[in-house]
Amino acid sequence: MNIKLKEKFIKSLLAAAALITTLTTIGIIVVLFSQSWGFFHKVSLWEFFTEKEWTPLFTDKKYGILPLLSGTIMTSLIALCVALPIGLTIAIYLSEYANQKFRSIIKPLLEILAAVPTVVYGFFALTVVTPFLKGIFPQIASFNGLSAGMVMGIMIIPMISSLSEDALYAVPKSLKEGSYAMGATRFQTAFKVLVPAASSGIIVSFILAISRAFGETMIVAIAAGQQPNLTFNPLETMETITSYIVQVSLGDVPHGSIEYNTIFATALFLFVFTFILNNISFFVIRKYQQKYE
Amino acid sequence: MNSNRKNKIIDKLFQYFGIFCTLIGLVLLALFIGRIVMDGISRIDIDFLTNLPSRKADKAGIYTAWAGSVWLVILTAIISIPIGIAAGIYLEEYRKKNRLANILEINISNLAGVPSIIYGILGLEIFARTLHMGHSILTGACTLSLLILPVIIVATREALKAVPGTIREASFGMGATKWQTTWYQTLPAAMGGIMTGIILALSRAIGETAPLIVVGALAYVAFVPHSIMDEFTVLPMQIFNWTSRPDAGFIRNAAAGIIILLGITFFLNGIAVYLRYRWQKKVKW
Repeated sequence: MNIKLKEKFIKSLLAAAALITTLTTIGIIVVLFSQSWGFFHKVSLWEFFTEKEWTPLFTDKKYGILPLLSGTIMTSLIALCVALPIGLTIAIYLSEYANQKFRSIIKPLLEILAAVPTVVYGFFALTVVTPFLKGIFPQIASFNGLSAGMVMGIMIIPMISSLSEDALYAVPKSLKEGSYAMGATRFQTAFKVLVPAASSGIIVSFILAISRAFGETMIVAIAAGQQPNLTFNPLETMETITSYIVQVSLGDVPHGSIEYNTIFATALFLFVFTFILNNISFFVIRKYQQKYE
Repeated sequence: MNSNRKNKIIDKLFQYFGIFCTLIGLVLLALFIGRIVMDGISRIDIDFLTNLPSRKADKAGIYTAWAGSVWLVILTAIISIPIGIAAGIYLEEYRKKNRLANILEINISNLAGVPSIIYGILGLEIFARTLHMGHSILTGACTLSLLILPVIIVATREALKAVPGTIREASFGMGATKWQTTWYQTLPAAMGGIMTGIILALSRAIGETAPLIVVGALAYVAFVPHSIMDEFTVLPMQIFNWTSRPDAGFIRNAAAGIIILLGITFFLNGIAVYLRYRWQKKVKW
């Protein structure tokens, strides 16, 4: 075969492979919007966002996303309360305090926390953490947001620690050395020089962690329960958007019914939210990353 | 000088706090796993691996589950690896730097951040319904392939980026075409990094549950799959099913299943870490 023709052919084949990623995004958007259309045809946006009950699977159907949203926000918030301080401390410790050998051993180990399948974390939350919490809060429900959120936090730690550490690492040595030359301790250098200088990268790691927590499914489906509950009490049973989708998928809801369409409407909300967060993070990287060269 | 001492103490205290934070997650995970091993290890024997699922906890096995996982991961690998590497090559070696390429790049980062359950919904509508593939292994594998494609693409690009330009220039200098250079020089040099990414991606695919629930993987399958169009269950799905039952016998089964799932996950991650280590050591340009 003509060698130029062959080169061209291969190039278009490779381009086609790259195009699949774009088609995936278009596919997600088309599927979510077209299937939600049927839902929002019958349920107004006003009802969707203001109704305080979510009971599409009952006879008295109400379609307010607030109870699912409160569950999602509560579990994510708890996870972030665990993961943000610990993750950031690890990043600072590894970049400023730890020696090279300790770092090279501990970093792959921390990655294990992110590699454990989420169904396993769900099992931990339900069978280990919840009974433990029962010892502290006797009134806690068997399925509760606190246990699911805490375990999710452990899972997110490596995401924050590795992204923040990269950001701290990118701060030029001269800033650090300047601080030490002034007689500052490692603690002062870390919090007064390095963290402010790396703040855009650290904020990005927080935003991505929020996005991750919002979309996490199996831990909350197993440990937080399957009851939509508009509450901000972490000891109660609560259902997130993702665990609602799991609940509907496990049952048999007829295709095309409004109950079936609810999973697309809730998924659309989830998608839009995480999409916005992810794009904010790109924006922050692009606009605010300080260039020190 | 008092404040000087105070600062030194704070510095020291933070150091201990740092060690504490670094180890707390790992210690908790180790405690969890220790607990699970104690619960489940006695349940693991040949019967557990070769028995079909059952209503009685002590008769139930994971034969259909691990067989389903093996089918699914092999098919996912067949679909996702060539596409992922090809897309990575295109983005790193071929594309021109323009606005369109920029959008393509942001899009991939975006896909990596989409919750896995959304991929399940995409798979349900596109593969299971529109393309009439039903709740089959093929549907599951296509869905998981889309899910792990960003991981493979990013790993491929990183590995290609690490290959120095001089190698490409030398090859062009010998009169090789773009593709000959990529195929005979750049790609082999980048293979270590690409393999690491692929293994991590497949390890993720093995542990994935949520998107498979949405595309209709079953909690109970009475037979081992014989073709890619068969219905299926997977190991994480079986664990989820057992976890949600109140009977203590099933909780023990779930613990035993988790030991096997974690064994596979850690084994694959170990290989990936080893490959990365060896590759970084060997390659000195």
